[in-house]
Amino acid sequence: MLNIVDLTKEYKNVTAVDHLNLTIEDGEFFGLLGPNGAGKTTTVRMISTITPKTSGDIVIDGESIDRNLTTIKAKIGVVPQQNNLENEMSAWENLEVHGILYHIGKEKRRQKIAELLEFTGLTERKDDLAKTYSGGMKRKLMIARALLHEPEMLLLDEPTVGLDAGARRKMWDLLKRLKSNGLTVLLTTHYIEEAEVLCDRVGLINKGKLVQLDTPLNLIEEVGKVTVEYFEDGKTHEEFFRTREEANTYAGTIEGEVRIRPSNLEDVFLKFTNRRVES
Amino acid sequence: MSGLYGILWQEAVVFRRKFWATTLGNMVSPILYLIAFGWGLGGSVQMNGMSYMAYIIPGIIGMNTMMISFSNTGSSINISRLFYKTFESYMISPINMTVYALGKIIAGALYGAYSALLIIILVSVFTTDLAITPYFVLVALLNCLVFSAMGFFVGLLVNSHSDMSKFTSFVITPMSFLCGTFFPVDKMPEVLSWIIYLLPLTHTNIALRSAGESPEQMALHVGVLVAYFIVLFVLGAHHCKNVE
Repeated sequence: MLNIVDLTKEYKNVTAVDHLNLTIEDGEFFGLLGPNGAGKTTTVRMISTITPKTSGDIVIDGESIDRNLTTIKAKIGVVPQQNNLENEMSAWENLEVHGILYHIGKEKRRQKIAELLEFTGLTERKDDLAKTYSGGMKRKLMIARALLHEPEMLLLDEPTVGLDAGARRKMWDLLKRLKSNGLTVLLTTHYIEEAEVLCDRVGLINKGKLVQLDTPLNLIEEVGKVTVEYFEDGKTHEEFFRTREEANTYAGTIEGEVRIRPSNLEDVFLKFTNRRVES
Repeated sequence: MSGLYGILWQEAVVFRRKFWATTLGNMVSPILYLIAFGWGLGGSVQMNGMSYMAYIIPGIIGMNTMMISFSNTGSSINISRLFYKTFESYMISPINMTVYALGKIIAGALYGAYSALLIIILVSVFTTDLAITPYFVLVALLNCLVFSAMGFFVGLLVNSHSDMSKFTSFVITPMSFLCGTFFPVDKMPEVLSWIIYLLPLTHTNIALRSAGESPEQMALHVGVLVAYFIVLFVLGAHHCKNVE
């Protein structure tokens, strides 16, 4: 279980994460959804000990995490947003080094590497240098690497950013397989559909603060399952309703083009922050 | 110690992959210095009763091991922190950051030692004046470790690649020319020579020549290099635990 207590990160003039409180249960696929600059990556970087926190605490299984506590760091696997593979090494060599650093015995290491290359569909390219991989393949290799030491929790920072639609779908399939294996996952994203498709619970984060926290369905129901979207005074407006009938009635009062559609997490975010996620 | 093994294994893989580029790259500067100062200028110069070529070879080994060890570790750490982000993968791994510092410093020092080996092979074609003693090997290795540790610390400290170049311009390059590589330090003005005697490369160059020195003087050079290494290693390892 991951407990984040009053976690804060302050830079000179900016509070990137502002007294964040969060609990992620074992086996949960948790999404942190917010626009660029909301504090998602800073949160992941603090959990993975890359960025020192200003105040607050991060507790995994009752133990506070710290860069110099080597045992607790073995409990998490991290897939950062930016490629951090050794480009002059092959996929197999990247995984081999990781396995050695995480004290995995040779026989088990080789077996796990073969399994994970198969799982991520990289077996045929295992001897090619990482620098020759596409963006999607690099991301898959980073996921394989993060899973190699069998972590209790996986941190995925924007795992599909920069991928084309096809590669994104394939990545979602891979992440769904992880979910079905019962791994605890913290995923950050600014893609609405990604959060809705993958996450058991979603935390909406804006300007470093947690705005709302619930299942995607509950969040949408709280705002209203149906959205009426119309264009007026040079900008798009949204109104939210609990039922289709209420939406129809309201739409009848609007002049001009009106669109009635199911609400999504973008609408929830807009309602609570007056700001769009995918802006 | 699997962390240390992991770092050295990774460095060995990259070294094997870039073997010819590394080998040829390491030979360019020493060959140029040997041609220009050994054959060209040195043909008509005697230094301390020996040919200038014989005088300059230990200096070139000292200077080159300094440059290779410093730049390999410094650039590697700086680029992996700021550009490739591979430094982060070690920060999140369960490896102790002191072990990480040690691994990277040893790897950089081994690059320096390899460059020394290349120079020794190269000059053996031209001269038999170079005497390789255990003391010579010890001093050369210590020099590699000192400047690799310096590269590690500076690579962590500076936050841009251009600042790495500035450090090289203001610290490493002046040491190359002033610390007894090309001429004895006592030829310098007295005040300047005192300052130069405080620098590690001066002790390396004097020790590599070690002509007519007492055991106490020889031990002093080793002591200075060991002291520099300890201070730089502690600074680097400490900074490694807190760097962002």
